[in-house]
Amino acid sequence: MDYTATQSGFRQRKLQPNMRLRTNLVDGSEGSQLFEDTSGAASGPQTGYSNQQPGPQAAGFPGQSILSDPMSNLAMAYGSSLASQGREMVDKNLDRFIPISKLKYYFAVDTVYVGKKLGLLVFPYMHENWEVSYQQDTPVAPRIDVNAPDLYIPAMGFITYILVAGLALGTQNKFSPELLGVQASSALVWLIMEVLAVLLSLYLVTVNTDLTTIDLLAFSGYKYVGMIVGVVAGLLFGRPAYYLSLLWCCVAIFVFMIRTLRLKLLSEAAAEGRLVRGARNQLRMYLTMSIAGAQPIFMYWLTYHLIR
Amino acid sequence: MAFTLYTLLQTAILCTNAIAVLHEERFLSKFGWGVDHGVGGFGDDPGIKAQILTLIRSVRTVMRVPLIIVNSACIVLLLLFG
Repeated sequence: MDYTATQSGFRQRKLQPNMRLRTNLVDGSEGSQLFEDTSGAASGPQTGYSNQQPGPQAAGFPGQSILSDPMSNLAMAYGSSLASQGREMVDKNLDRFIPISKLKYYFAVDTVYVGKKLGLLVFPYMHENWEVSYQQDTPVAPRIDVNAPDLYIPAMGFITYILVAGLALGTQNKFSPELLGVQASSALVWLIMEVLAVLLSLYLVTVNTDLTTIDLLAFSGYKYVGMIVGVVAGLLFGRPAYYLSLLWCCVAIFVFMIRTLRLKLLSEAAAEGRLVRGARNQLRMYLTMSIAGAQPIFMYWLTYHLIR
Repeated sequence: MAFTLYTLLQTAILCTNAIAVLHEERFLSKFGWGVDHGVGGFGDDPGIKAQILTLIRSVRTVMRVPLIIVNSACIVLLLLFG
């Protein structure tokens, strides 16, 4: 009994600093603000997550008389403590490979942000201030600043693209369930290759930027919105509508990428529009142009076989 | 067009093998890309050629042993399963 008490005490002491570290990463009060529901509904998922575990267990069992037996009470308590320890261990190990706390930042969105961002992706010409606002050296959550990159729109866009591709192939009488998987893995492979190519070129040009890999993944995923608009227009109104809407979305995403990447890749002076000479600035400008120019090419490449 | 994750893995292995076999003395020096040509600029701008040479050297150093393992596994799997 004493041995297990010290053992669980030791494990608790080891796990507690880790939990504190994770909440520090989400920045304390900022963490609760990160998932505060700004649309006025019930409390956010982060406060709900820790309450989930004891909640249903307490609610499910009071009415059952068979479990008032002390032995099964003990067994239930032991089982629940084992389960929570196992879950903490899995979380701790998973956090080493996939930075879950960093990923949470990219999914802190709300409906207003998604609406504004989708509007920006299709019509970026009226927006004036493209800078991401910072708060004490960490970028602000996407729900507060419309310029911050997120992963919600790319993820949803990818899944919608696969479904729309299945629909489009169905209208050509070429559909089979395996084809959905083929489309999904093709698009995923192209996405991974594009992100790797951009990372390689960023390394070669030695740009000092705070763009992380996940940011690049988010920017590369924004083109799925344009692709979906083009394919749906083509399905509804025929090939000319497909080409027109794809052209519009290609130009829009080109302008969007240039305006977003300009602030991150180019030096301060060049980003403001003043002409700065020098081979390095020219190289950075070429890099921005080619990243933005690759988007329309991929958009056409991934959708032309859907509208025949 | 029908890419799978398996083809991505194959591509990655082939490309890494291709970078790892570029020998410095026998091959790269003939193009002026040898050991002495890489470390030129000490400023904040190493230049593309120096970055590429650093990349090739680091791939060769880091990936030598994992590539041996992965290539052996690939050979065995291809012999067994075609």
